[in-house]
Amino acid sequence: MAEKTKTNKEDFIPLTVEFSGGLEMLFSNQKKHDVSIPARDESGNSSNIAFLVRYLCDNLMKDPKKEFFIQDNTVRPGILVLINDADWQLEGEDEYEVKKGDNILFVSTLHGG
Amino acid sequence: MPPPCTRCQSERAVIVRPKNYDKLCKTCFLEVFEAEVHKTITTNALFYPGERVAIGASGGKDSTVLASVLKTLNTRHGYGLDLILLSIDEGITGYRDHSLETVKRNAVQYDLPLKVLSYTELYGWTMDQVVEQVGKKGNCTYCGVFRRQALDRGAASLGVRHVVTGHNADDVAETVLMNLLRGDLPRLSRTASIVTSTPSSAQTDIKRSKPLKYAYEKEIVLYAHHKNLDYFSTECIYSPEAFRGSARTLVKDLERVRPSSILDIVRSGEDMATLVPASVAPKAASGRESRYGGENVSVVYDLDEGTGGCGSANGRDSGGEMARMEHQLRTDQNAATHGLETEVTMASLGTPTSGSSIAVGVRPSHVQMKKANGKGLRQQTAGACERCGYISSQAVCKACVLLEGLNKNRPKASIGIEKTNDSETLDKGLAKVTLAEKKRQQVAQTEL
Ligand SMILES: [Zn+2]
Ligand SMILES: [Zn+2]
Repeated sequence: MAEKTKTNKEDFIPLTVEFSGGLEMLFSNQKKHDVSIPARDESGNSSNIAFLVRYLCDNLMKDPKKEFFIQDNTVRPGILVLINDADWQLEGEDEYEVKKGDNILFVSTLHGG
Repeated sequence: MPPPCTRCQSERAVIVRPKNYDKLCKTCFLEVFEAEVHKTITTNALFYPGERVAIGASGGKDSTVLASVLKTLNTRHGYGLDLILLSIDEGITGYRDHSLETVKRNAVQYDLPLKVLSYTELYGWTMDQVVEQVGKKGNCTYCGVFRRQALDRGAASLGVRHVVTGHNADDVAETVLMNLLRGDLPRLSRTASIVTSTPSSAQTDIKRSKPLKYAYEKEIVLYAHHKNLDYFSTECIYSPEAFRGSARTLVKDLERVRPSSILDIVRSGEDMATLVPASVAPKAASGRESRYGGENVSVVYDLDEGTGGCGSANGRDSGGEMARMEHQLRTDQNAATHGLETEVTMASLGTPTSGSSIAVGVRPSHVQMKKANGKGLRQQTAGACERCGYISSQAVCKACVLLEGLNKNRPKASIGIEKTNDSETLDKGLAKVTLAEKKRQQVAQTEL
């Protein structure tokens, strides 16, 4: 679902995604990734967190254990999402529409205490 | 932009609190979190001035937050505690050696003394060696049983009588659910108790408490995040199936639907615990209770020998618990079918219909069988392992049984505890179900 026909700069949104709490292990053991994601999702709507998660699964995650990150087409329960360091619940959760330069942090609470 | 903080009305909120949906800024959140742990400590009278307290430190988020908060509160409120970090080195290359580095940094960061005790010192075996011998399947059993005793033994060796662990509200909710599903009321009551006591020898009894019992895992993780705490997070490499099909998943799914459900489960667990008759909930022997805490605290004996598997003693179950439970239930079913004894023990409840006993059974069929056999229902009794003195409901504790099996195949290993002749094993949490000797050996062979 990455690039469609035309790939103008405006069609993509650059952001930083970070993984911690053990989630980074699913993403090549790298905590911080600079990515550019399509500005529109599959149905032409502005890209939101739910789409970002699907996009990361398909394009960034090499580990086959997708279910440790995604469940029912959104972030798996037990993974905290911080949008620019704020709880995603303050921002509309997975319906938050990502903006240029956003920092999205995914923290697993599922790994060992 | 996020809304302003509902407490100070000025800063930008960074968290929605799961327990009450308060939107708090970073400063207010850190303050409120610490104040609530302080309240848990004072209302339950967890400590006395001058007490030596060992913090079970794994390098993970829970124990790291616990160490940080206790250090902060000890200074702020003048608890007068003598705190020490106690870490167990299981000897797992690539896992514990990394997390131990974190604990060592924590010791410096929080200016706390650190004691690291290795499995080699305690048992004569590293987990790597255990896995080499028994294979990856079933090694979580060793991890859980050994780990369960290790903190107590470590504390005893330091002359410390109180170990605090990083168990949080999510952990407690998870175990409450598990024990509810198992119908294991005695264990449920232990789980729900904020203080337990595990005498590791006739003389020394070690008190255990969970100061973070009412703290949501979400808040623990965000506390660590906003305070920039240094913690280590990875799954134990010997439990690849971690959190698949676990009660953990259930708890997290419930939280997504209704965050307050976690504390609701914890409170339900506490309320259900009060329904457990004293004869079944292994309370501390009289006179022992008074040594600790205030009036609100009841010390409960913890006979759990760590069959929950890898990690359960250090902060959480590793997952796969439900699968293990199903397996156990099937095993019991087979045992019943084949006429092997399966004993359901449960003391009579002091209800109006006194004299009659109520069996909180695994399945009705077992209860029927029991009654037909005319066998009495017995409570779990707290004795000491005849080999090592550690508390056990059996003559020989699980660690000694496991060690015997290991040492048989490697006779040169003799450090620590050795030679047992029993082969009781793996009741997988069905504490009241004691299996007949013959069956024990069968189970031991299939599972190890
Ligand atoms: Zn505030
Ligand atoms: Zn023993």
